[in-house]
Amino acid sequence: MTPLAVLAGPASPADLVAARTQMALSLGWHIVFACLGVGMPALLLFTEWRAHRTGDAEYMRLARRWATAVGVLFAVGAVSGTILSFEMGLLWPGLMGVYGEVIGLPFAMEGIAFFIEAIFLGVYLYAWDRLSPRAHLLSGVPVMVAGVASAVFVVAANAWMNQPRGFDLENGRVTGVAPWAAVFNPAMPPQVLHMVIAAFMVSGFVTAGVYAVALLRGRRDRYHRLGFLVPFTVAAALSPVQVLAGDYAARFLADYQPTKLAAAEAVFPTGPNAPLHLGGLVIDGRLRYALEIPSGLSMLVGFSPGTVVQGLDRVAPADRPPISPVHLAFDTMVGIGMLLLLLSAWLALSWWRRRDLPASPWFLRIASVAGVLAVIAVEMGWVVTEVGRQPWIVYGTMRTFEAVNPAPGLWVGFAVVAVVYAFLTVAVVYVLRHVARTGHVAPQETEP
Amino acid sequence: MDSAQILLAVMWVGLTVYALLGGADFGGGVWDLLAGRSRSGMPQRRLIEHSIGPVWEANHVWLIFVLVVLWTGFPLAFASVMSTLYIPLTLAALGIIARGAAFAFRKASTELWQQRLFGGAFALSSVLTPFFLGTVAGGIASARVPPGLAAGDVVGSWLNPTSLLGGVLAVLVCAYLAAIYLCDDAARSRTPELAEGFRRRALVAAAVTGAVALGGIAVLHWDAPRLFSGLTHRALPLVVLSAVLGIASIVLLWLRRHLLVRAAAVLAVAAVMWGWPVAQYPAMLPPALTYREAAAAPVVTTTVLVVAGVGALLVLPSLVWLFLLQRRMPYDADASH
Ligand code: HDD
Ligand code: HEM
Ligand code: HEM
Repeated sequence: MTPLAVLAGPASPADLVAARTQMALSLGWHIVFACLGVGMPALLLFTEWRAHRTGDAEYMRLARRWATAVGVLFAVGAVSGTILSFEMGLLWPGLMGVYGEVIGLPFAMEGIAFFIEAIFLGVYLYAWDRLSPRAHLLSGVPVMVAGVASAVFVVAANAWMNQPRGFDLENGRVTGVAPWAAVFNPAMPPQVLHMVIAAFMVSGFVTAGVYAVALLRGRRDRYHRLGFLVPFTVAAALSPVQVLAGDYAARFLADYQPTKLAAAEAVFPTGPNAPLHLGGLVIDGRLRYALEIPSGLSMLVGFSPGTVVQGLDRVAPADRPPISPVHLAFDTMVGIGMLLLLLSAWLALSWWRRRDLPASPWFLRIASVAGVLAVIAVEMGWVVTEVGRQPWIVYGTMRTFEAVNPAPGLWVGFAVVAVVYAFLTVAVVYVLRHVARTGHVAPQETEP
Repeated sequence: MDSAQILLAVMWVGLTVYALLGGADFGGGVWDLLAGRSRSGMPQRRLIEHSIGPVWEANHVWLIFVLVVLWTGFPLAFASVMSTLYIPLTLAALGIIARGAAFAFRKASTELWQQRLFGGAFALSSVLTPFFLGTVAGGIASARVPPGLAAGDVVGSWLNPTSLLGGVLAVLVCAYLAAIYLCDDAARSRTPELAEGFRRRALVAAAVTGAVALGGIAVLHWDAPRLFSGLTHRALPLVVLSAVLGIASIVLLWLRRHLLVRAAAVLAVAAVMWGWPVAQYPAMLPPALTYREAAAAPVVTTTVLVVAGVGALLVLPSLVWLFLLQRRMPYDADASH
C-alpha cells in the first residue's frame, strides 16, 4: 500500500483549495459545452428548416456539418456533466448530506431533461436518413426544449445556493422542507434569464467565428456567408437583451446580496454617491489604480446619486469574498458585453445602409474572436457568482469549509483530474478542428 | 409502503436498467479491447460501434438518475458513500469521461492512428469504470462504509476481498451481457461469422462469470458474513433463480436461440442485482444505517416520486422508440470509414 501512503495524511487547508479549484475547473470546462448544448440545437433546427423551406443545398450542408459537431459536443458535455454529479458528493458531501434533499428536486427534473435530450439526439443524429424530413425536424425539437430546460433547472439549483429557501434549521438539522420553494427562490429568475441568453450568445458567436475566419481567408461563397450570418444574427440580436438582463442581475444583487455587488464594484464605504470603479487592484484593503466614475454605481442602482449602496465595510473582513478577482471578473464580463453590443450594432448599421457585411476587415477580425470573448464573459460571470458568494457555499447558512470532504489527499485527486482535463482539452480542440476542416461525417450520417 | 420505500425501489430499478444497458455498453468496450489487431478486429469493432452509437448516451443517463435520486432521497447515504469511497469513485468518473469522449472522438476521426488512440482509451476505460463501480458496491455491501463524512477507511473500504470480487464480477457481467446482445445483433444483421464469434465469447464469459460467482460465495462467507447470511437466507430464491437462468442462458446459447438467451441473461443479472438489497434490507449502509434513517423528509420523497412519474411518461415511450429505430437500423458490414 506504499503508493497510497500519500493519501494517509490528515486533511489540510490545501485540500480545501484543491477541492475548490477542482470544482471550478470542472464547472468552467462543462459550462462551455453546456452553453453549446443549449444553443446549438436551435441554430441547427433553424438551418435545417430553412433548407427544407427554400430547397437551398447550402443550408443543408451547414445543417449536416453542425450536426456532426453537435454529436461530439454533446458527448463531451454529457460526460463532463456526469463528473460534476460525482463531484457534488466527492468534494462537497457536507453540502449534499445536509441540503441534498432541499435542492435535489431541480436536479431530478434536470435528469429527466437529460433523458429527453439524449434520446432525441440519438434519433436526430442517427436516423437522419430513415425519417421523413418533417419527422426528422420534429425529432430535434425535444432536444432544443430539453437543453434549455436543463439549463433552467441547474441554474435554479445554483441560485438556491445564493438565496437558500424552502427549509428551516433547528439546531443544525434541516426541517420543514418545501422543495418547490427551494426551486423558485428569488435568485432564480435573474440568473436563469441571464444564463440562457448567455448560452445562445456563446453558441451564435462561436459558430459564426468559425466562418468569420473562412471569410477573412477569402472564401466568400454563399455557404460561408450563410454559416456566418445565421448564427451571428441570433447572437447579435441577443446582445442588447443580455446587457439589460445583466443589469437586472446586478440590481437584484443590490437588494439581495449586497456583499457580492460591493465586491464586484470594489466599493468599501457604505453610503450615497457610490462611485463606479473600472479596473484597479485591491491592495491592503484599498482599491488602487482604478478609473472612478463619481456616483456611477448609485445612479445605476437607484437612478439617483443619492441612492445608498451598501459597501464592504458592513461585513467583517473574514466574511468578505476575495475582492480583486471578483471585481476584475465583473469588469471583464461587462466590458465584453459592451464590446459585443458594439459589434452587433456595427452589423446592424451596415445591413441597414447597404444590405451587406461591413466592408472593413476589422469587423470580421473581431467577429472571429467574438465567440472566445463570449465564453470568457460566461466564465467571468460565474467567477462573480461563485467567488463573490465566498466564504459561503450556501449564502448566510453554510460555509464552504463546512461542506468539503474531510477525507485526506483531495489534492492528489485534483492533480489527476487536472491532467485528464488537459488531455481532453487538447483532444477536443484537435477533433473539432478536424471536423471543421474536413467536414468528416460519420458513416451513419453520410450525405445521400 | 411509504414513499421512501417506493423511492428506494425506483432507484434500484434505475440501477438495474443501468447495469443491463450501460453495463452492456461497457462490455462492448471490453470486447473491443479483446478484438485483436486493427485489421482483423475491424468487423467486430464496427458492430460494437453500430450497437452502442445511438444509445449509449441515453443509457448513461440512468446513472445520473440514480445519483440524483440517491442524494435527494437519501442524502446521508449519498454523502457517506461519496466521501469515504471517493478514490474509486473519482477513478470511475474519470473512466466515464475518458470513455464517452474517446468514443465520440473515434467516430469523428479518420486516420488510423487517431482511431487507435481513441479506441484504446475507449476500450481501457470500459474495463476500469465497471471495475471501480464494482469495488464501490463491494465496499458498501461488506459494511465498510459507516454513516458520516469520510467516516470509513478511505483505502480499506475499497481495497478488500469483497470489493475486488465486486469489481471483477462487474467487468465479467458487462462482458457477458455485451457478448450476448452482440451475438443477437450479429445474427439479425445476417453476419453469421460475427455471430458465431460472439456466441463463443458469450459461452466463455458465462462460464467464467459463473465460476467467479461460485468462488465469490466463499469470499463473502469469510469477508462479509452478514451479506453471506442474507444471500443464503432471505435472498436465496433470487440467488437460485439467477443461477438457474444463468445456466439456461448457456443452454440456449448452445441451441442458438438468440432472443431467448437475451431474455435469460437479462433476468439472471437482474436477479443478482435484486438479491443484494433484499439480503441486507432494511439496512442501506450496513450494518446499522437503515434506509429509513437515511431518507429525506416525506414531502421530498413524494415530490420526487411524482416528478419521476411524470418523467417516466415522457421518457419511456421515447426510449422505446429509440430502441426500435436502432433495431431497425441496417448494419452494413462492408461500409468503410
Ligand atoms: C455572454 C455572456 C455574458 C455577458 C455578455 C454578460 N454576462 Fe453577466 N453573467 C453571465 C454571462 C454574461 C453568466 C455566466 O451567465 C452569469 C453567471 C451566473 C449567471 O446567472 O449568469 C453572469 C452573472 C452576472 C451577475 C451575477 C449574478 C448573480 O450572482 O446572481 C451580474 C451582476 C451580471 N452578470 C451582470 C452583467 C452585466 C451588467 C452585463 C453587461 C454587459 C453582463 N452581465 C454581461
Ligand atoms: C449551475 C450550477 C452550479 C452549481 C450547483 C455550482 C456549485 C458550486 C459548488 C458546490 C462550489 C464549491 C463551493 C464554493 O466554493 O462555494 C462551486 C465553486 C465554484 N464554482 Fe460553481 N456551481 C455552478 C455553476 C458554476 C459554473 C458554470 C462555473 C464556471 C464557469 C462555476 C464556477 C465556480 C468557481 C470559480 C468556484 C470556486 C469558488 C471559490 O473557490 O472561490 N460554477 N460551485
Ligand atoms: C450553469 C450551469 C450549467 C448548465 C447551463 C448546464 C447545462 C447542461 C446541458 C445543456 C447539458 C446537456 C449536454 C450537452 O448538451 O452538452 C448538460 C449535461 C450535464 N450536466 Fe450540466 N449544466 C450546468 C451545470 C451543471 C452542474 C453544476 C451539474 C451537476 C451537479 C451538471 C450536471 C450535468 C450532467 C450530469 C450532464 C449529463 C447529462 C447527460 O448525460 O446527457 N451540470 N448540462
